[in-house]
Amino acid sequence: MATPVIKFESVSKKYGNTPAISDINLEIEAGEFVFLVGPSGAGKSTILRLIAKEYAPSSGKITVFDKDIAKIKSGQLPFYRRKLGFVFQDFKLLDDRTVFENVAIAMEVRGHGDEQIVKEVEKILKLFEIWPKRNLFPSQLSGGEAQRTAIARSIIGKPDVLLADEPTGDLDPQTSWGVIQLLNEINSWGTTVVMATHNVEIVNTLKRRVVSVRDGKIIKDKKEGRYEIH
Amino acid sequence: MRVFKYVGKNIRRTPYQALAATMIMFLTFLTLQLFLLIAIGSQQILQHYESKPQVIAFFKDSTTQNDVEAIKRALGETGRVKELNYVTKEDALKIYREFNSSDPILLELVTSSMLPASLEVSTTSLADLSYIGDILSKEPVVQEVAFPKDLVQNVLAATALIRWVGGILVCFLIVFSVLIILMIIGFKIRIKRNEIEIMRLLGASTWFVRAPFLWEGMTYALIGATAAWISSYALIWYFTPFLQRYLYEIDVLPVSPVIMLELLGIALLSAIIIGFIGSFSAVRRYLK
Repeated sequence: MATPVIKFESVSKKYGNTPAISDINLEIEAGEFVFLVGPSGAGKSTILRLIAKEYAPSSGKITVFDKDIAKIKSGQLPFYRRKLGFVFQDFKLLDDRTVFENVAIAMEVRGHGDEQIVKEVEKILKLFEIWPKRNLFPSQLSGGEAQRTAIARSIIGKPDVLLADEPTGDLDPQTSWGVIQLLNEINSWGTTVVMATHNVEIVNTLKRRVVSVRDGKIIKDKKEGRYEIH
Repeated sequence: MRVFKYVGKNIRRTPYQALAATMIMFLTFLTLQLFLLIAIGSQQILQHYESKPQVIAFFKDSTTQNDVEAIKRALGETGRVKELNYVTKEDALKIYREFNSSDPILLELVTSSMLPASLEVSTTSLADLSYIGDILSKEPVVQEVAFPKDLVQNVLAATALIRWVGGILVCFLIVFSVLIILMIIGFKIRIKRNEIEIMRLLGASTWFVRAPFLWEGMTYALIGATAAWISSYALIWYFTPFLQRYLYEIDVLPVSPVIMLELLGIALLSAIIIGFIGSFSAVRRYLK
């Protein structure tokens, strides 16, 4: 068996006295496409946030890229996060920046030069078919365009793992499929994709690994699973 | 530099806050620079009175050259005299004409017979003034002794007061400026919290996030300090002819460009320190 790129060992997380996830054990291999499914409040987003080291677990150990992320110091955290990509339900685009600038910022934080940024951003915006919208602001975009911009931003730094938290949550079914096709394509390039979702149709159609979470616990984990939370 | 692009954008996005911060900085640095100029000027005035003749004995018309020589000898023997300068009636008229060259009526009215001859005595230290003044006033040929000791004491007292008042006012304004920068940068950090969170998730380093805020605070201070320096230079330049009427014999005005450049250096250095302390405090407090 290949070394897992993400590994949860008996991980629990409490917000105050409220448990969010309890005793989670999970292994995700490099190149996998994993759906995290479950009702609201099941703990899907908490799992993603723990991988991103937004929070520390209350107990247990999380290993990412063969490293215990609890041991990553604050100075090293940016370098760790540069290996991850993030996509959110509400896109989290910067309102006062254009599509181009929103994607470019992911390269700016990595310290790339202007010339390279222009070249790479143009390439990815053309690939995602949003190049004609490059000078528009997020408020001038449709939901699908905004999410494609967010995905472009998340992968322009060529992350090893893409974490997507309900990326189709605010989109109509047709646009949702467009986003899923993009994520599928990104996965085909070798990027590990972990996606939290409510979307039954997408999960059941794609037939990828499905990890079902309920009340902070993993209740099912199937290789070619379906949306099942009971 | 990319950081300056971010700073420019931050300033353009909230122009009124930027203006308020810059104006406070301007006020602080204008006060600081004007008080420094006044302090430098008063110090030079003091030095002038300390180094120039401080006791002037005006002689009666009947005084002979032998009387003057005798007095000069007597003063020289005390060992406390730095310089002696005898001003004849003709010399006094020349000096009078120089000072009043622009007023022909005053020139016509005065002749050398109306002006007394005098002896200007400078001492090596201020403490010797009273001693020399006493000797001169006891001489029968001396009509009057002008004794600028009180003037020196007044200038000393004024200088001390200026330093205290200026110091307290400048300290207050510096603290106020730091707090204003802290408040404005803190407010900006709060309204950009979302953006900062996104940047951090994208892998932005601590300094990538912090640097624009630090530079923004310093930019306000630097702009305010430079504007204040230009204003104080303009004020000095504008008031120089007026002040020179009162300070004609003291070499204070016009202010040397070297002093003004030094003042600019002090202002810019202070601006960097004040801006940095204000914005760094905000960053430490609100960007954990």
